[in-house]
Amino acid sequence: MSDLTKLKIAEARDLLAKGELTARELTEAHIAAVEAADTLNAYIEKTPEIALKQADAADARIKAGDAASMTGIPVGIKDLFATKGVHTQACSHILDGFKPEYESTVTQNLWDDGAVMLGKLNMDEFAMGSSNETSYYGPVKNPWRAEGSNADFVPGGSSGGSVASVAGYAAMGATASDTGGSIRQPAAFTGTFGIKPTYGRCSRYGMVAFASSLDQAGTITRDVRDGAIMLESIAGFDPKDSTSVDIPVPNFEAALTGDIRGMKIGIPQEYHLAGMPGEIEALWHQGIEWVKAAGAEVVDINLPHTKYALPTYYIVAPAEASSNLARYDGVRYGLREAPENGALDEMYETTRAEGFGDEVKRRIMIGTYVLSAGYYDAYYLKAQKVRQLIADDFKRAFEKVDAILTPTAPSAAFAFGEKSDDPLAMYLNDVFTVPASLAGLPGSSIPAGLSANGLPLGLQVLGKAWDEETVLRVSGVIEEAAVFTSQPELWWR
Amino acid sequence: MSSYRIQGATGDWEVVIGLEVHAQVISNAKLFSGASTEFGAEPNAQVSLVDAAMPGMLPTINGECVRQAVRTGLALGAQINKFSVFDRKNYFYADLPQGYQISQFKHPVVGEGTVTLDLEGGVSKGVGVERIHLEQDAGKSMHDQHPQFTYVDLNRSGVALMEIVSMPDMRSPDEAGAYLTKLRTILRYIGTCDGNMEQGSMRADVNVSVRKPGDPLGTRCEIKNVNSIRFVRQAIEVEARRQVDIIEAGGTIDQETRLFDPNKGETRSMRSKEEAHDYRYFPDPDLLPLEFDDAFIEAARESLPELPDEKKARFMEALGLNDYNASVLVAEKESSEFFETLVEALAKATKKDAAHIALKASNWLTGDLFGALNKAGKTIATSPVSAEQGAELLALVEDGTISGRIAKDVFEVMFETGKGAGSIVEEKGLKQVSDTGAIEAIIDEVIAANPGQLEQYRAGKDKLLGFFVGQVMKATQGKANPGVVNSLLKPKLDG
Repeated sequence: MSDLTKLKIAEARDLLAKGELTARELTEAHIAAVEAADTLNAYIEKTPEIALKQADAADARIKAGDAASMTGIPVGIKDLFATKGVHTQACSHILDGFKPEYESTVTQNLWDDGAVMLGKLNMDEFAMGSSNETSYYGPVKNPWRAEGSNADFVPGGSSGGSVASVAGYAAMGATASDTGGSIRQPAAFTGTFGIKPTYGRCSRYGMVAFASSLDQAGTITRDVRDGAIMLESIAGFDPKDSTSVDIPVPNFEAALTGDIRGMKIGIPQEYHLAGMPGEIEALWHQGIEWVKAAGAEVVDINLPHTKYALPTYYIVAPAEASSNLARYDGVRYGLREAPENGALDEMYETTRAEGFGDEVKRRIMIGTYVLSAGYYDAYYLKAQKVRQLIADDFKRAFEKVDAILTPTAPSAAFAFGEKSDDPLAMYLNDVFTVPASLAGLPGSSIPAGLSANGLPLGLQVLGKAWDEETVLRVSGVIEEAAVFTSQPELWWR
Repeated sequence: MSSYRIQGATGDWEVVIGLEVHAQVISNAKLFSGASTEFGAEPNAQVSLVDAAMPGMLPTINGECVRQAVRTGLALGAQINKFSVFDRKNYFYADLPQGYQISQFKHPVVGEGTVTLDLEGGVSKGVGVERIHLEQDAGKSMHDQHPQFTYVDLNRSGVALMEIVSMPDMRSPDEAGAYLTKLRTILRYIGTCDGNMEQGSMRADVNVSVRKPGDPLGTRCEIKNVNSIRFVRQAIEVEARRQVDIIEAGGTIDQETRLFDPNKGETRSMRSKEEAHDYRYFPDPDLLPLEFDDAFIEAARESLPELPDEKKARFMEALGLNDYNASVLVAEKESSEFFETLVEALAKATKKDAAHIALKASNWLTGDLFGALNKAGKTIATSPVSAEQGAELLALVEDGTISGRIAKDVFEVMFETGKGAGSIVEEKGLKQVSDTGAIEAIIDEVIAANPGQLEQYRAGKDKLLGFFVGQVMKATQGKANPGVVNSLLKPKLDG
């Protein structure tokens, strides 16, 4: 058989079921691909021994006729999902050496379905970033390069390792998390399919918290069908997470009917940003034509509070983060930097000064500020009110439409260092993804075209709460229309 | 109204007191984790991943703690809020693993209620309760285990506390003491807190200010973590005095947090308002707002036992007890239960109506038994004499088997040996003699043996009747029925 790492999950599943492929073969091929992809820096911890053990168990399970969709499928795990006994540090220095005694619900669901763990994936520190440049373990390289250039590009973030491993054929799928766009934006930058389900669809138990009211697990895969399969595996109610919701998980793969005739697709006028590159506008227009051609009705809609989404997000998310990250104090686990005979406060100060990177510190400070006495009403409370208005915008829009189509990001992948000194420019990357995060809605990014210099671009589909099926169905139609067959050259192998 | 006043150089000052009581909720598991709450385990033996604030761990509410808070609210006649919110109170400390305490700030689970104080002389006074909210306890820092390091025990981390906040309605140390006593009684009755201040399961923060009677409220100081009712009273006295002295010397009171040092009998500044923490409260995004329905409240209400005020009223109205006895008996749940068992057993043994024997039973319990327990340093829970045994003793008096005088002796033996009254009376032959023939014979002997006294008596020295009664009782070792002795002796002496 040719390169096994180029198989999709659905294809591998069928070959495994027919006995034409073993999980061990598939896993060995991926372990080799992971080794060969060191240059990408997607994996910060490799677990080949665990992978082979799980692969053998998967083969036994397939033989016994007890296979699930993910059985024998090698995947990578974003470093913020707790994996028992394995590196779980959210790519922060402050969690040095931390190996949890517990397993996150999302990964446990995968293992219960027989999936195979290749290792832990790089990410922006505590998922704070849009370029994977804030990781303590160094940046991830985008497998894609511009036409006729050997320059490196960022993979997007925070799930940079997740998208690079999948785009770079070093995993068939990867877990990821999305707080303001951390699944969708990097998916767009790497020509992969990313889906963030409705807030509450996946358990946050065992996921290192960034902003609890926004964090939601999702998946990165090479196509929509694989996304449907993998999302179904990780989703589900969990009594250990009070914010997870007890409703049944539908058969997502079955939602991929390819039929969107008569469906109404909303085009939010506020997403036409001044100064947005023409190729992004053009891609969006192309997407509109595709869904029209597939028989959907395109409707202009208004989401009037869109312009407040980014400022709102950059109040709410840092506020929660400033509190969520208070537990990293050097007392019980991870890094401890204490001056000789220093007082407790000095231990906190030196540990946190040493352990957190600049972006994390920036957000802790913003968050602490907006929650402070005298500022709470002006910032945090007002942001909560605006958040509600943004959610109401979507609610009204979804009375008229079944899904919303937008670009995923306002540009293609950019070069290292291009935006890392300008936090505001970096934050603008999330302009199209943040509103749906604030509203807790499901969203996806589908590879839809290439930029002028040959880098992938993505389109975003947003759906009603709990209607991932429509998001997937529309995504599937766009995927089919886009015929996105470009692949990065395997320059790192 | 309390007449308690601090005498100052410029006249009398009134003290205004509000209390914040932290009461540990009785529940098997912690507020947001499944770890055990039992007291006295090895350090860090009862710590879940949530309590230790491991990365990615999430709190989930323990419904039993909510039910207990609602029951407490109902017992205080308080407003129950069907919608409440858990907030994070952010601060750093080594024994606070999350870096924040989950508490309730703007929307507590219980709103306004009342505690009725029983004050001296049968006076009662209502003290307002502003709110009760649920929150997590912190762990414990131990600074004396190692020369350089502080040790941390997280067993208590995450245990549920009710913070019961009073209105500034108290005006004297006595009232503050009565409030704590009454609150503790109620909590123990309904089983929502064991009220053991020594073990720290109930602690009080005391807010004290002073003013000239009729003036608006003065600036208050908060005295943190006072751990006995006696210390609360002392702390109020010395703090009020300190404030009066400052104001009269031309100074002003700074709003601040203070600590009470019982050894030195003074309060000391812990931190001023400027140094006060900014807790940056905000709703905990890991928890949904707490919501429950009327059925939940009704079920909690139905689970409440008879409360002390209701019980006291019943003891007075149905059983004819006086205010004092009723108050003493309901002050502790165990005493009231002992009393009810005693009355029931006694009524059964004597086939009399409870109302007829209740007063005697309460006198014996509050007098004889409480006196003996007190002397022996025991409590009603460790009493060597059970309620059933007490009933047996009182029944013997009631049916005339022994006299009240003999009963006291029998009780002493019971208290020492734990034996039953009947067997002691039997063993020692203490049965009262009511046989007129036998008593008459003894009277005749006594009169014959004391001719001189008889002569004096008959010459008009009436007081000697007592002498003769004593002689007869002595001759019968106290067993003669005093009523029979009196009725027989007088006619014989009078000739």
